[in-house]
Amino acid sequence: MPDGAISDLVPILDVKGLKTVFSTRSGEVHAVNSVSFDLAPGELLGVVGESGSGKSVTMMSLIGLLPQPPAEIRDGSVIFEGHDILQMSADDLRDIRGREIGFVFQDPMTSLNPVFTIGFQIMEPLRRHMGMNRAAARERAIELLELVGISDPGPRLSDYPHQFSGGMRQRVMIAIALACDPKVLIADEPTTALDVTIQAQILELVRDLRQKLGMGIIWITHDLGVIAGIADRVMVMYGGQVVEQAPVHELFSNPRHPYTRALLETLPSIAGGRSKRLRTIEGQPPALSAQPTSCPFRARCAHAMAVCAQKNPPIERLAHRHDVACFWSPDNADNAGEADA
Amino acid sequence: MLNFTIRRLLFTIPTLLLISLIIFLLLDLAPNDPTGNLPLTIPAEVREQIRKALGLGDPIYVRYYRWLVQFFVNEPLNLLGEWTHSCIGDCENRLRVTSWATRSPVVDLIAERMPQTLWVVGLSYVVGILIAVPIGVYSAYRQYSWFDQLGTFISMIGFSVPTFFTGVLMIVIFSVQLRWFPSIYDTTLRVTDWSSLGAQIRQMAMPVFVLALYNAAQISRFMRASMLDNLNQDYVRTARAKGLNERVVVLVHVLRNSLIPVVTVIALGVPQVFGGAIITEQVFKVNGLGQLLIIGIQGADIPLVQTLTFIFAVLIVLFNLIADILYGILDPRIRYD
Ligand SMILES: Nc1ncnc2c1ncn2[C@@H]1O[C@H](COP(=O)(O)OP(=O)(O)OP(=O)(O)O)[C@@H](O)[C@H]1O
Ligand SMILES: [Mg+2]
Repeated sequence: MPDGAISDLVPILDVKGLKTVFSTRSGEVHAVNSVSFDLAPGELLGVVGESGSGKSVTMMSLIGLLPQPPAEIRDGSVIFEGHDILQMSADDLRDIRGREIGFVFQDPMTSLNPVFTIGFQIMEPLRRHMGMNRAAARERAIELLELVGISDPGPRLSDYPHQFSGGMRQRVMIAIALACDPKVLIADEPTTALDVTIQAQILELVRDLRQKLGMGIIWITHDLGVIAGIADRVMVMYGGQVVEQAPVHELFSNPRHPYTRALLETLPSIAGGRSKRLRTIEGQPPALSAQPTSCPFRARCAHAMAVCAQKNPPIERLAHRHDVACFWSPDNADNAGEADA
Repeated sequence: MLNFTIRRLLFTIPTLLLISLIIFLLLDLAPNDPTGNLPLTIPAEVREQIRKALGLGDPIYVRYYRWLVQFFVNEPLNLLGEWTHSCIGDCENRLRVTSWATRSPVVDLIAERMPQTLWVVGLSYVVGILIAVPIGVYSAYRQYSWFDQLGTFISMIGFSVPTFFTGVLMIVIFSVQLRWFPSIYDTTLRVTDWSSLGAQIRQMAMPVFVLALYNAAQISRFMRASMLDNLNQDYVRTARAKGLNERVVVLVHVLRNSLIPVVTVIALGVPQVFGGAIITEQVFKVNGLGQLLIIGIQGADIPLVQTLTFIFAVLIVLFNLIADILYGILDPRIRYD
């Protein structure tokens, strides 16, 4: 979908200043620090960031799926269709989960209940939210399995999760998330457990569904190639914060944050030929034991300045829908020094 | 599953034969004398004659063979004859396993004692399970709440204080001081009307409570641990993400998984119910199987002890098999064929 069309729509999901803290025996873990973003209907927002950057915790916080304690949502609002999810009663929230917002989890091997059949698990949300009877739910379940590309779905409904391969379980998870035609789908690395062919099939499926159902999608992944292929907009997370956010073309052609730039450099490029060695980002991810008072990336940043240690750069809008949280700017940087960085 | 069951059942035959032989040899090795309890005035020759009459003069393999035939052939035939009210084969002269002390068939003795044990001990196990499962589920769901802490405390007591202590304590408080319950179990009581039913319930109350507390303490711990294992699983998060009620999440998704190990523990515990009640039966003077075994041991009544011990062994082997089968039924990931 073209950028212009989407940005004009009223967001279906609007997250502001979300803060999530875990209390552990060894102290607090500030996993999500003032994260703000929004999602328009029919838009696909890609979320990238290294392991531990808070992608999963952010998404689970916003629909109340983290067990509290140990988690605590300290601050923020999540406006979905005009109501703040974080202020809702547990019952109201349950009516939204699975009905309006579908969730696909990271690990397909353990996310299904091993002692119930696939059919039972797909039919559960249908019966709960849509008030379907057994026969209607069964019909819809078959339809859903067909949709996610499982052949001969009828008899497979009475199979148990262990009778499915990892990729098929992931498709079943997607089928469950899509069961009630949600307005928002949150998919947490839904294709990392899959081989490339299946991954391509699932991506194709998502592209299709987005057009058919007009659903807003949040797609978490480590794979920038996937992002380039399907996302409208990209959000880059680092140390529990959003460090850069932009439409996909803008981000790939004009990355501003040093972390984003480093991330893009790690991409093996076909055009770049063989000579270029695959790059890695040196250093360790930050400790999250306290609220950040300085830039969390500065220890690994080639452009770190004095100010980076004094305060945490606020996220600011640069151009049309391009936000970045950094004191440094590639525009006024010394280009000679940049060439080999 | 059927294949597996049949295979396992066939396998139990040599197992049980071996067990019966070991029990037989152990009892034979023990320095036992069936005439030891007779008055000292009886001369040695008479004692020798008594031993001969009991068949003790024969070599050990003859005696073992005799017991095997009596227990595995004669007793079942006899039982069948009684059920069908007919005479199968040589029913008059067929030798049964006979108690040395009372000269009556051991199986009849056991049949006499069985109801008391089943009522008191069996009921206490059922009560224990019915208490333990909800407590275990709730304490796990509200881990570290006051309910959980209290449950942990009580089950620690129930677990670590022996039943002969709780039993005597209960007798002192409720029978001697308060006079609410009788301290001795009256087997001759027949339930015919409301008042005799009340009396039966009153005399069962204390032994059932003591044993139920002990059983519930163990099972509720298992239940709690198993629930805690499952509450953190990813599939629970999936169930919540579907918008299911907490009741459904906990009582359908989590409970069903948590019950798998607990059910096997419960099944494996059934034979122990019979053996483990020996002490409680003594304390409350319930003349059940446990008490019968103790009388048999004291009187050097080898056939009685041999048969009772063997029946316990059969129960253990049988419930092991039942536990395995239940596991296969409850957990679809386990396939035995
Ligand atoms: N239950 C928990 N208790 C304490 N800390 C937690 C808990 N769950 C997550 N965290 C911490 O929160 C941070 C963010 O974790 P999160 O799972 O969101 O990372 P992620 O970006 O999804 O990583 P990945 O790409 O590996 O999935 C991590 O530092 C993690 O250690
Ligand atoms: Mg994650």
